[in-house]
Amino acid sequence: MGDFTMPSLGADMESGTLTQWLVKPGDPVHRGDIVAVVDTEKSTIEIEIFENGVVGELVVKEGENVPVGSVLARVSAPGTAAVPASGLAPVPAAPIEAAPSPVPEHPEITLPGPEITLAGPEPRRAPMSHSPVIRHLAEQLGVDLAGVAASGPGGEVTRADVERAAQAPPHAPTRASPLARRVAGELGIDLNGLTGTGPGGAVVERDLREARVPTSKVVAPSRSSGSARQESLRRAIGALMARSKREIPHYYLSTTVDAGAATAWLEKANLSRSVRDRLVLPVLLIKATALAVAKAPEVNGFFTDGEFLASEAVHVGVAISLRAGGVIAPAIHDANRLSLDELMLKLNDLVRRARAGVLRSSEMSDPTITVSNLGDLGVESVFGVIYPPQVAVVGFGAVTERPVAKDGLLGVRPCLTATLSADHRVSDGHRGGRFLAQIDRLLQEPEKL
Amino acid sequence: MNTDEARTLISETLRQVAPEADLAQVMSGETLQEALDLDSIDFLNFVTGLNEATSIEIPERDYPQLSTLEGCVSYLVARSPVA
Repeated sequence: MGDFTMPSLGADMESGTLTQWLVKPGDPVHRGDIVAVVDTEKSTIEIEIFENGVVGELVVKEGENVPVGSVLARVSAPGTAAVPASGLAPVPAAPIEAAPSPVPEHPEITLPGPEITLAGPEPRRAPMSHSPVIRHLAEQLGVDLAGVAASGPGGEVTRADVERAAQAPPHAPTRASPLARRVAGELGIDLNGLTGTGPGGAVVERDLREARVPTSKVVAPSRSSGSARQESLRRAIGALMARSKREIPHYYLSTTVDAGAATAWLEKANLSRSVRDRLVLPVLLIKATALAVAKAPEVNGFFTDGEFLASEAVHVGVAISLRAGGVIAPAIHDANRLSLDELMLKLNDLVRRARAGVLRSSEMSDPTITVSNLGDLGVESVFGVIYPPQVAVVGFGAVTERPVAKDGLLGVRPCLTATLSADHRVSDGHRGGRFLAQIDRLLQEPEKL
Repeated sequence: MNTDEARTLISETLRQVAPEADLAQVMSGETLQEALDLDSIDFLNFVTGLNEATSIEIPERDYPQLSTLEGCVSYLVARSPVA
């Protein structure tokens, strides 16, 4: 029997509100499945589970606010429950090597024998055969599972089925998220008259809110909760940054990188790509940073309890500004091992979800180093404040043409300023300098990134 | 595509890319990036949205022409096939 607890989603988190369970007692779960939704000061977080098993009692009810570490649900080892087909755990959980896991893990789960809650089918829930992942995916894509043709071996709906359904032309009834359908029912709104702004044009909850307000000025979705989130996010950032500045002896380095090779390569690569497959410069910067870590392991990891633990894995936190104010830096996992195309997809997805206010627990809890790129705003350089328990932030400014002297000649080159803020308890300027120099070197050979 | 259709398409696409953004704030001649706080990824998604809605291939070198609302409208009108 293992306990599924409220994870720490950042060094500053003390408690969270469980807003929604995506599983019920008796459901099989797999490592990496999203099983619950939690509201924190910063964002709405989809909580992943870190073990395989079968959901037992749900200890915390929807709507309850509980401290980090509280037991949310009991999970028993997978024993009897026929764990269905492989394709069901497609979200690989981040390997938490070397880094202290904020989510208590239970690697040795004793087999307590078949502990199946023989709950009768609850009519308002999705059928048992849909795993939480499938239900969640369906909700995200605005697909009604009842209408999806199942192709799984046991007649269950697979990921591919849901994705196919999501792409089907919207001739049939208006696509809408389950939440939107429920709210529409409650408010008596006809979904067919609405334009969806969700994935694939599906009607989502916010469309309904706007439908309710036919006046010209569209009221921001749930303004009060939005501004409350703003305030709490600002408080959370303030508290964390104050702690960083109080506890971490920062040192700062800066170097000018000739961005000519990178921008020229990017331009050429994008020339042959269709619009939707194009890359942006930040992708190259993130990849170069992730690879450069190999030369300077002391910038990648966590400093906790007076001790630095270098992380084998490179999970790059990407500072994403939220348009209404605030910044959040969720992780792209194993960024050093992703191709530029994969990285682009991940980055795009992460930015979209961060701004929509829905992130996953592993993204929030385990970035091992952060990249802050303010280049889009035309800022020349940025010296970041380290996110504890991390030990370094790499900053990139805008690419601008600058006069450059080389071999006694003066030329004009596109350049950018790369900076490093790092923790003096763990590294010093010499090592930090090597790290920045390595980023520079990697950016000179973009085709190898 | 006429000017009004282009304008509508641009608004819809921007709404998808940046639902929080207020299009009414865009002043004539102001760049969309600045007015709506779009970063390079938002802008790429904006261009992708226009491309998918119109099938107009938009090479990267044309991006500067799309940076203002007016530029965007005339770009789309000039390049859309005559009905």
